[in-house]
Amino acid sequence: MRSDSLTSALLALSSGTVLVGAAVALWRRTARGIVRAMQLQGVALAATALVLGLQLHIALLLVTASLMVAVKVVVIPLLLQRLVALDPSNAESDPVVNVPASLVAVVVLTLVAFYATRPLVRAVSGVPVTLAPFGLATVLIGFFILVARRKVVSQMVGLLLIDNGIALVALLLTTGVPLLVELGGTLDVLLVVVVLRVLATRLHAELGVLDLDALKELHD
Amino acid sequence: MTTGQLTPWVIGADLGQVVLFLIGAPLLVGLMRSIRCRMEGRIGPPVTQPWKDLRKLVAKQRTQPVQSTIFFASAPVVLVASTIVAVWLTPLLSTQVSLVGGSDLFAVVFLLLLGSVSMSLAALDTATAFGGMGSSRLMTIVALAEPALLVAILALAAPLHSSSLSSIVVASLHHPVWLATPQRLLSFGAFVIVILAESGRLPVDNPATHLELTMIHEALILEYSGPDLALVNLGENLRLTFMLALLSNLFFPWGIATGTGGWSLPIALVSLIGKVAVLGALVSVGEVGVAKLRLFRVPELMAGAFMLSILAVLSALVIA
Repeated sequence: MRSDSLTSALLALSSGTVLVGAAVALWRRTARGIVRAMQLQGVALAATALVLGLQLHIALLLVTASLMVAVKVVVIPLLLQRLVALDPSNAESDPVVNVPASLVAVVVLTLVAFYATRPLVRAVSGVPVTLAPFGLATVLIGFFILVARRKVVSQMVGLLLIDNGIALVALLLTTGVPLLVELGGTLDVLLVVVVLRVLATRLHAELGVLDLDALKELHD
Repeated sequence: MTTGQLTPWVIGADLGQVVLFLIGAPLLVGLMRSIRCRMEGRIGPPVTQPWKDLRKLVAKQRTQPVQSTIFFASAPVVLVASTIVAVWLTPLLSTQVSLVGGSDLFAVVFLLLLGSVSMSLAALDTATAFGGMGSSRLMTIVALAEPALLVAILALAAPLHSSSLSSIVVASLHHPVWLATPQRLLSFGAFVIVILAESGRLPVDNPATHLELTMIHEALILEYSGPDLALVNLGENLRLTFMLALLSNLFFPWGIATGTGGWSLPIALVSLIGKVAVLGALVSVGEVGVAKLRLFRVPELMAGAFMLSILAVLSALVIA
C-alpha cells in the first residue's frame, strides 16, 4: 500500500510535468528554450511510461520508455537544436497572441480538458485514468501553439506537443498500445520531424528566415 | 490541532514569533546582502548593518512634503502594523494560534495587500512624478502577484476543504509524500516568483539601484526620511522575512511545535531561523546570476506565476 501510494504520486508528478512542459513551451520566447521545454516533456513522458511499467509489471512499457527517451529526448531535440543553430536570432519576438494572454489561454484550455474528461474519469476507476486531463490539456496547448506561434521551430514543437499529449492519454488509459503500434507512431513522428526539418532548411535557404509569416504569396 | 483555547503558552508562542521577526528581519536582510557581496568578491557590510541604518534613521529629522495628507504620514505605520498582524496570525512557531478564526490564508494575503496599497497611496499622495510612476508599477505587479499567491496557497488548501493556515501546515506535516505531488511543486514555483516580485528582488526589481527607468520600490519611498524611512525599511524587511517563513512552513513544516511540550518551542525557534536563513541565502545566491527583467516582461513572469498556481489548483482537483 505504501509503495503503491508512492508510485501513484510519482505517476501524478511525471504526467503533471508533461503538462508543465507544454506550458513552459508557450512561456519561453527563445527557440532554444522552447525546444528544451519539449525535451523536458519527453523526459516526463518516458518517466510516466517507466513508472507505469514498474507499477503494473508490464515489461513492454519499459521498452516504450527507452524508445521515447531515444526519440523524444535525444534525436528530435538534437535535430531541432541544429535547426535553431541555422538562425540563432530566431526568437518569438512578436507572437500572434502575446505571452500573458497565451498563459491565460493555457489555464482556460486546461479547464476545458478537465471538464471534458470528467465523464471518463467518473466512469473508470484507477489512478492513471484520473490523470488523463493532463494529456488532453497538452494536446490542446499543442494546437494553441500551432495557431499562436509563427516560427518554424515553434510550429514543429506544437506538433510534437500534440503527439506527446496523445501518447500520454494512450499510456494512462490503456497502459500502452502494442509495441508495433508504438514503434510505428514514434518513428512516424521522427519521420515527420525529419521532413519538416528539410522543408525548414529549404525555407531558410530561400528566404533567410525561419518564419511562417514570410510565406505570404505563391511563387512559380 | 487548533482548539482555540487562549492558554498562556499559545499567546507566548505568538508573541515570541512577533518579537523574533522584529529583531530578525533586518538581520536576515543583512545576511542576504553579505552573502551576495561575498559571492561577488566584495567584503560587504556586516550582517548587523541594517540595524545600524535603522538606528541612524530614527535619530534623524522627519520631513513631510507640503500638502501631503494623512495617507503619506500613516503608510509606514500601516505597512509595519499589517505585517506584524500577519505574523501574529500565521502559525510560524507553533501550529496552535491564539486567533484561530484569523489564521486564514485570505486574511494573511489581504493583510499583505493592505501594506502594498497603503504604500502606493502614499506615493500618489506626494504628487511627485516618481511617486506616481512607482505606484503605477507597483499596482501592475501586485494586481498580478496577489491572485497568484492566493491561488497558490489555495492549491494546498483545496484538498483539505479549509482555508486555515494551521490545518494546511498540520496536513503537510503528516503527509511527507505530498512534497512530490504536482500541485505542491507548481504552487511552490508560483510562490517563489510571487515572493521575489512582492519583496522587490531580482529579476523583478533591483533593491540596490536608484535608476529611475527601472526602479519600482525605491520610487515609492523617495520622499520618506528619518523615522518614517526607518519604519518603511523595517516593514519591507519584515515582509520579506514573513513571506520566506510562510513558504518554509507551508512546504517544509518540519520542526514546528505541534504540542505544548517543554522543548518543542526552542526546537521550533531554531528550525524556523535555520529554514528562513537557508531560503534567504538561496535567494541571494540566485540573485548573483540573474539580470533584471525588462519592465514590460514582468507581466509575463507574473502571468506565468498565475498560470502555475491555477495549474496547481487544477491538479489538486484532478488528483484528489
